[in-house]
Amino acid sequence: MKLAYWMYAGPAHIGTLRVASSFRNVHAIMHAPLGDDYFNVMRSTSERERDFTPVTASVVDRHVLARGSQEKVVNNISRKDEEQHPDLIVLTPTCTSSILQEDLQNFVDRASSSSESDVIPADVNYYRVNELQAADRTLEQITRFYLDRSRKQNISDRCVTNVPSANIIGIFTPGFHNQHDCRELKRLPGESGIMVNQVIPEGGSLKYLKDLSRAWFNTVPYREVGLMTATFLEEEYGMPYISITPMGILNTADFIEQIGKLVNVWASSISEKKFNYELYVDNQTKFVSQAAWFSKSIDCQNLAGKEAVIFGDATHAASITKILVKEMGIRVSCSGTYCKHDAERFNEQVQGLCDEVIVTEDHTEVGDTIARIEPSAIFGTQMERHIGKRIDIPCGVISSPVHIQNFPLGYRPFLGYEGTNQIADLIYNSFHLGMEDHSLDVFGGHDTKEIIAKSLSTNKKDINWTPEAELEPNKIPGFVRGKIKKNTESSATQNNISEITIDVTYVAKEKSSP
Amino acid sequence: MKTLEIPTFECETGNYHTFCPISCVAWLYQKIEDSSFLVVGTKTRGYFLQSALGVTIFAEPRYAMAESEEGDISAQLNDQKELERICLRVKSDRNPSVIIWIGTCTTEIIKMDLEGMAPKLEKQLGIPIVVARANGLDYAFTQGEDTASAAMTHRCPEYNHCITNREERGATKRVSIDIATNDQIFGDKNKSTRCNLVPFGSLPSSVASQLNLESRRQFVSVSGWLPSQRYADLPALGEGVYVCGVNPFLSRTATTLMRRRKCQLIGAPFPIGPDGTRAWIEKICSVSDSKPDGLEERENRIWGSLSDYLEILTGKSISFMGDNLLEISLARFFIRCGMVVYEIGIPYMDRRYQAAELLLLQRTCEKMKKPTPRIVEKPDNYSQVQRMHELQPDLAITGMAHANPLEARNIDTKWSVEFTFAQIHGSVNARDVLELVTRPLRRRSDSLSGCRNLSKQKVDV
Repeated sequence: MKLAYWMYAGPAHIGTLRVASSFRNVHAIMHAPLGDDYFNVMRSTSERERDFTPVTASVVDRHVLARGSQEKVVNNISRKDEEQHPDLIVLTPTCTSSILQEDLQNFVDRASSSSESDVIPADVNYYRVNELQAADRTLEQITRFYLDRSRKQNISDRCVTNVPSANIIGIFTPGFHNQHDCRELKRLPGESGIMVNQVIPEGGSLKYLKDLSRAWFNTVPYREVGLMTATFLEEEYGMPYISITPMGILNTADFIEQIGKLVNVWASSISEKKFNYELYVDNQTKFVSQAAWFSKSIDCQNLAGKEAVIFGDATHAASITKILVKEMGIRVSCSGTYCKHDAERFNEQVQGLCDEVIVTEDHTEVGDTIARIEPSAIFGTQMERHIGKRIDIPCGVISSPVHIQNFPLGYRPFLGYEGTNQIADLIYNSFHLGMEDHSLDVFGGHDTKEIIAKSLSTNKKDINWTPEAELEPNKIPGFVRGKIKKNTESSATQNNISEITIDVTYVAKEKSSP
Repeated sequence: MKTLEIPTFECETGNYHTFCPISCVAWLYQKIEDSSFLVVGTKTRGYFLQSALGVTIFAEPRYAMAESEEGDISAQLNDQKELERICLRVKSDRNPSVIIWIGTCTTEIIKMDLEGMAPKLEKQLGIPIVVARANGLDYAFTQGEDTASAAMTHRCPEYNHCITNREERGATKRVSIDIATNDQIFGDKNKSTRCNLVPFGSLPSSVASQLNLESRRQFVSVSGWLPSQRYADLPALGEGVYVCGVNPFLSRTATTLMRRRKCQLIGAPFPIGPDGTRAWIEKICSVSDSKPDGLEERENRIWGSLSDYLEILTGKSISFMGDNLLEISLARFFIRCGMVVYEIGIPYMDRRYQAAELLLLQRTCEKMKKPTPRIVEKPDNYSQVQRMHELQPDLAITGMAHANPLEARNIDTKWSVEFTFAQIHGSVNARDVLELVTRPLRRRSDSLSGCRNLSKQKVDV
């Protein structure tokens, strides 16, 4: 058993439901007790979804516990089939059904003989995988199911499209800024003469899945979801894929370079036309994205050397780390992710970009790290935003888990060239607020705050401050005050001083200044 | 108690949306200040809690998950040792006066003997451990509180005549602090000890003192609440104590109070709306031989002050999809406000515990000359939506899963969970209830009425 107050990634069935309800006309039936259909609320509120979430529960109650589900699940599937005629019904296991060890495959077999919809059980082990891994697996499972079948029925069209085309894999509900990213992603190759073949799962229709393999290549914008599908397509259909996240100027340029490479392999044989994107990248970087210019401008000069802590899912945390360090000259003291299953790759990506790497699912560990480092700004999830609030450090939200406020109505992609603008704003605003506070402090604006130890877990030290010395840190601007105070205390402990006088503070200051 | 038969009871498939009953920790941990809640179960429950409770999760709440992992399910780990380790941590982190274990579906299915382990660990830790099985296999949403208070009932001290007088004086003192400014209206204080009354149901302390005040006006003193603000202040129970529910979902607690603690239950309508509050007080008075005084004038005065809201509500129709068991009382109040109720969905209907409320509903319908609504137990959300497309009510009281989709289909909605968290008890709060329910009706603007349907799907009627 584990004591937990908060979790970054949800349980497995949430991932399955997210994928299933992203496809058009797919219904998911959960084998779960009353109240577990909470996904419907999340989707309807955070994404402000205007249609009924296509998820129902086949309720597990006392009777099911005593006698097994018997006809119940099968009846629920047939009923949904008659009522709404979905293309596919995904029977979703939860923690409850995995403890009960009911034979979901059997239910599926019985139900599919009578229903017009296709029925499959989601192949997800509740105790082994989390939300993101489950989503990845379910997407692969559905894709495989339809591609295999079309191959058996000989209706699959294996010819690649005439013009270069790509599939976008891994856009789904309710993903962090996914809808906006999708629009931006479609534009990105679109402007360079590449057609988008299909986007899955968001808005994708199962009828067209058989044509998935007609694209020239696949792109997987987010590491967490889509890689399994892309690997499957590579193995079975020989489709290459790009797993670079086009987030930030450098990554986007890499991404487009990759596209160029992949496209030219075919282009030379089909149309004898070679694609060259150098000019395109150059133009976009100069004129569409303001981020390159921004990092050169004096605004960004002010940010040079400032400290930041980053935490989020593997995709966003790694990309933002790269942006801060390589594009803006900000010092990343710590970069971390909660995607434990992807730790190796994450380490690789942020190698050399930050002082330390943290891979954990425990929010108190993240909080304590932030409190110890005391960066000028945090970039993290909603949890880090709240940690920042408590210890008075500004935070920009860069990754799920998120609130409704992170599902903006306006256009806010994180990917592509417009994405670089949005990210620059986010970063600059977060730091700038800290600066504003600093200026107020310098000019004595609201300098009535008491000095408090900026730590989440209070560890009391036996150090006294004389009243005069106590006043000393108040002269220091708020955002570095805690740090100076702590330096003073640690210097005092090192020298076995138990009472801090004004002299001690000056000694400490001299020592710490380079 | 007499069971009332209303011919329009129905029971559907039970395929409806509601909150998991463990959500009761959200308000109970705030109510019982010195408590600590430990939800024993899987990630699913934890994810639900953190998503449902939103901001409160960031405020260092006094609840946590004991998250079962694969080793716990397959019994490779010893439950008792695991719980001991976790409870020790909770004890050192928060130092609570009581730890309340919330059992979930998981603990039910793997038959974890929480009730058996609690007394052993209680001895070891020196902290009382109360076990409430609030799981989605048996209960819906607010019934979670019912299981928790029923479990707490066993921890209340024994009511004893010798110490009662002392205790009662103490209680009277507490009450009179709340209402010190109104002291003069009560006259002789000795009059107010005719009956030993313990209302049950968790209410915010301000609402509880408002109800205390209402009964004090009729010279009936309240000797304690279940649950109390602090675990240490649980009221004394026993023969000779009258108990009275303030919420419609507390049938288990009521049963426990009667059968196990020999208390006398006052079966009254619930103090929601001015009509409900008056009926509640009157019933209490009738038991304690106190003659109700000025109740009618008071009720009329409150109705008068609500006239602006009543104007909006009169003649409007409403449907309850049903998820929190407050439905009967709210429907009764809204009918009295002049609304027409098409359907009352309700997760579970205890006809004995709610008998007085059902009777008042029937009388209200007769009095207001409105049709008796159909009461649908264990509703089926899909069929309900179909019915709603046919009947087109002016307002649907529903959960968040359906609110936005219904709004997109041009049916105004009010989120039902708000009624659980808002202050809705007593005459004073009647305005708040109507404020909630009229909000969707008041905000309707004509500027967007060109778009009758904003749904992206085809509506199939």
